[in-house]
Amino acid sequence: MLYIPGNNPAMLLHGGVYGADSLLLDLEDAVALNQKDAARILVRNMLKTVDYYGAEVCVRVNHLDTPFGMDDLNEIVPLQPNAIRYPKTETIEELDRLVQVITEIEDRHGLPHDKMKIHIMIETALGVQNVFEIAKFCKRVDAITIGGQDLTADMNIKNTKDGAGIDLARKMIVMAAKANKIDAIDTVFVDVDNEEDLRIETQYIKELGFNGKAVINPRQIDIVHEVFTPTEEEIRKAYRIIKEFNRNKALGIGVFAVDGKMVDAPVLTRANYVLELAGVDSDAI
Amino acid sequence: MEIVKKAQAGSFESSDVLVLIEPVEKGTGRKIEVDSAVQRQYGDQILTIIQESLDEYEVNDIHLVFNDKGAIDTVIKARLETAIKRASNAQKGTMY
Repeated sequence: MLYIPGNNPAMLLHGGVYGADSLLLDLEDAVALNQKDAARILVRNMLKTVDYYGAEVCVRVNHLDTPFGMDDLNEIVPLQPNAIRYPKTETIEELDRLVQVITEIEDRHGLPHDKMKIHIMIETALGVQNVFEIAKFCKRVDAITIGGQDLTADMNIKNTKDGAGIDLARKMIVMAAKANKIDAIDTVFVDVDNEEDLRIETQYIKELGFNGKAVINPRQIDIVHEVFTPTEEEIRKAYRIIKEFNRNKALGIGVFAVDGKMVDAPVLTRANYVLELAGVDSDAI
Repeated sequence: MEIVKKAQAGSFESSDVLVLIEPVEKGTGRKIEVDSAVQRQYGDQILTIIQESLDEYEVNDIHLVFNDKGAIDTVIKARLETAIKRASNAQKGTMY
């Protein structure tokens, strides 16, 4: 997910060409307080006209507790981007208010209530504590993301390279997302010149269970993709597992081995996930 | 909309445009100055967009300076809208 500052025409125009799976057009932290109106109008116009080549398009609005949140939603919701990203969510009461506001705007424009999703950002200690309830609040919430910079500020700790201070939060957010069958997206890696540590961090958050990672520079996209894309060896093995499963199923055999290792339901689930990431239709095997 | 104060929107960044607006005496009309790197190719189109935006917001008396750095129509319209709303005190949800 590539962050694009909402008041930068060049980046908004070219955001789709870098190959990110998802684009975040940002009206919040990337926009100066005295340019909120300009960014809101610009992003609204860009959503109407710019081709983002099939990437998921999300717009991060300002919180409803700020002077900008309501105007952001009034301008953006009618255009129905794939998702609205809501920052600094701490309680289900805030989320309830957001959903009500979005629903009212959609009603005014005759729009359905089930098309545009909501991505929730957890950026405070209180939000982390409430993340499970937030994740399960409603079906429109289909992703939870962690905002590492704001979270460390809220916790009054340093944002260290190893991410020790936000490690528990990361794990709680992943668990809340997985428990509710929605996506978990990791925070940005701000040292854009440090590709080696970006790779290490991405590998780590992948192992924790995150489905993706936010990036702030197009240069970071390939590294995140490389880490999340299954290797040829992993794809071949997953393919063999599914093929053997189908063959044994036809023979009425429930448990079997591939490469000397027993294959059971969890192994099949992982194999299917690898093939899904690789874009292989497992039904056709 | 009545232009009641000076305002600007946009920037000198590539693909952007800087729009400067100031009020003029009622009945003066529209005084528009365009400076663009692509004026020879798109000067007429740019002027049409400006006039259409001023028509849309019913601005009849204005001094508008338009300094273009290769903005596409969508960006031009956004910056014009922002500047007009700021200059007429109609902008919402921002801080100065």
